[in-house]
Amino acid sequence: MTDLITAIAAIVLGPLATFGLYALLNLLVNLLPTDKVREAVRPYVFIGPVLILIGILLVYPTIQSMVFSFMNADSSEFIGFKNYEKLFADPNFLITVGNNLLWVAVVPVTTIILGLFIATLTDKLGPVRERLIKSVIFMPMAISFVAASSIWRLNYSWDAGDKQIGMLNAIVKALGGTPINWIQTDTLSLNSLMIMVIVVWANAGFAMTLLSAAIKAVPEETTEAAALDGATGAQAFFQIVLPQIWGTVVSVFITVLISSMKIFDVIWGMTGGNFHTNVLGVDFFLQYFVYNDTGKATAVVMLLMLAIIPVMYYQVRSYRKQEEIR
Amino acid sequence: MKNNVILQKLRDWRVGTTIIMLVVAILWLLPTIGLLVTAFRDKTSSVESGWWTAILDPFNTNWTVSAFENVLFSENWNLSQAFMNTLAVTVPATILPITFAAFAAYGFTFLNFKFKELWFAVIIALMIVPLQAVIVAVLQMFVALDQWLLTIPGNEYGDFHISGEYPAGWIVHSAFAMPLAVYILRNYMMTLPMALIEAARIDGASHFQIFWRLIVPMSVPALASFAIFQFLWVWNDYFIAFMFVGNHTVMTYQLLSMLGQHGEGWQIVMAGCLISVLVPLAVFFGLQRYFVRGLTAGSVK
Repeated sequence: MTDLITAIAAIVLGPLATFGLYALLNLLVNLLPTDKVREAVRPYVFIGPVLILIGILLVYPTIQSMVFSFMNADSSEFIGFKNYEKLFADPNFLITVGNNLLWVAVVPVTTIILGLFIATLTDKLGPVRERLIKSVIFMPMAISFVAASSIWRLNYSWDAGDKQIGMLNAIVKALGGTPINWIQTDTLSLNSLMIMVIVVWANAGFAMTLLSAAIKAVPEETTEAAALDGATGAQAFFQIVLPQIWGTVVSVFITVLISSMKIFDVIWGMTGGNFHTNVLGVDFFLQYFVYNDTGKATAVVMLLMLAIIPVMYYQVRSYRKQEEIR
Repeated sequence: MKNNVILQKLRDWRVGTTIIMLVVAILWLLPTIGLLVTAFRDKTSSVESGWWTAILDPFNTNWTVSAFENVLFSENWNLSQAFMNTLAVTVPATILPITFAAFAAYGFTFLNFKFKELWFAVIIALMIVPLQAVIVAVLQMFVALDQWLLTIPGNEYGDFHISGEYPAGWIVHSAFAMPLAVYILRNYMMTLPMALIEAARIDGASHFQIFWRLIVPMSVPALASFAIFQFLWVWNDYFIAFMFVGNHTVMTYQLLSMLGQHGEGWQIVMAGCLISVLVPLAVFFGLQRYFVRGLTAGSVK
């Protein structure tokens, strides 16, 4: 009950207080002497609070993490690159890095291909069928990774005996095969791949939606002209449609790429990083909360940041290009 | 001849494509159907047999809602309480960042100041900072804040603190949402007619008035799409709630505990799962149009 009251109070007071803060800042600026000074300071009323907030809660902590990555487990003394050396001397950590690479190699491409496939085919159907099928594909995007993990843990479940209540193993058994322990079998990274299936299942709707919007924006004359020239469906797709939606394909690819680099939640829910499914994002939590080693934990994050920085650079650059067009 | 007509009809209806897409849709839906069915089974059957046996033989299945009673009200799971807690985290963590971001987006769109482009580039870069990069320092900051609060007279026992409480979650969620929110709202505001704002300026309206009376009402579509994304993001979040709002159990936390002890039967996990996805699915299906619009505007972390 108190939680409900807190929530209601926060809903009412939060925005009021926020607005009050801005109104107060604005009034303070009005007290400044000349018009020129007022107008010079005014922009900071609008952007100042946000800059301060992200400075304190995003920029400073990231820099602090970098500093911690060169310090020992309890951050009491500097030890140079020792954390990084220790990490790379550990064969398990190399498997972790390898898993990250596998995620980046498999998930974005698969998601794009599936999204393109669904977007292209549903585009040919009537509006009712199109909407229905798209809603089904899209739905998993709305649920949490914990919910997705629950659903798929049941789906993948395995029994040492004869009771296969997991759908996948029931199918394997019906086909005369030997049921497989999907989550614990790391041969050829099978378990990692099975977790990737979940992420593709959840993300394909996102790719589909954006690609479908792009496909609908392709002028019909171009595809009709291709058909008149005797191009087959596949030829028209690869030579006429794909080049025109390439910008969208790249931006969807980048978005899924970033989330694959940072992936951790679904692995946490499925295996907790065990059975050689660990990735950098999960390893941070293990190092920090389980082994209480701030130095190694932040070193793991810095390696992740190192992979992300080129993508950041790309994002900023493509924004700049976009602005030039405006 | 007649065969040709039928063939043509089939082609017009795209029967082949429809069948392929139906198969894909069913494959997509199957795991979720498993969730739906299992939640209404009893313990014995959910542990002993696959969920499809219940569908194939619905009249011999012991359908029950006992799992829901258990997860919602039992002392062990108490999801009804967790539901309230989740709401208490989510609603403010949705409204607050949007308010802040709207002001900043106005500044970035309609005002001029030094290093404007540079500041905005920083915001874009920050959109993809991983949560893990900031956790250590932010947790320490809250602890330091609590230490300082102890020195306030009357708060010697730390009754008034932030670690593990709702405001900590609101602050962290707001910070994480901020770069994306500013980016999206600013992109939207760029499309508003500049002439209108200039006319209002000439009429003597202050920036504050223009923002509140003109820009905010005109930006409702963008504000709504971002609100939906932020709501879903916070509602579905596990880690920020786990690390920063530890004194109040949220639903994702309870669900993960259920999953960790599924010895109690899958019907428990699935009933909990179903309850936890009800709100996101309702938001999603009810506001799908805004959701899709937000997606095409780039609302993904």
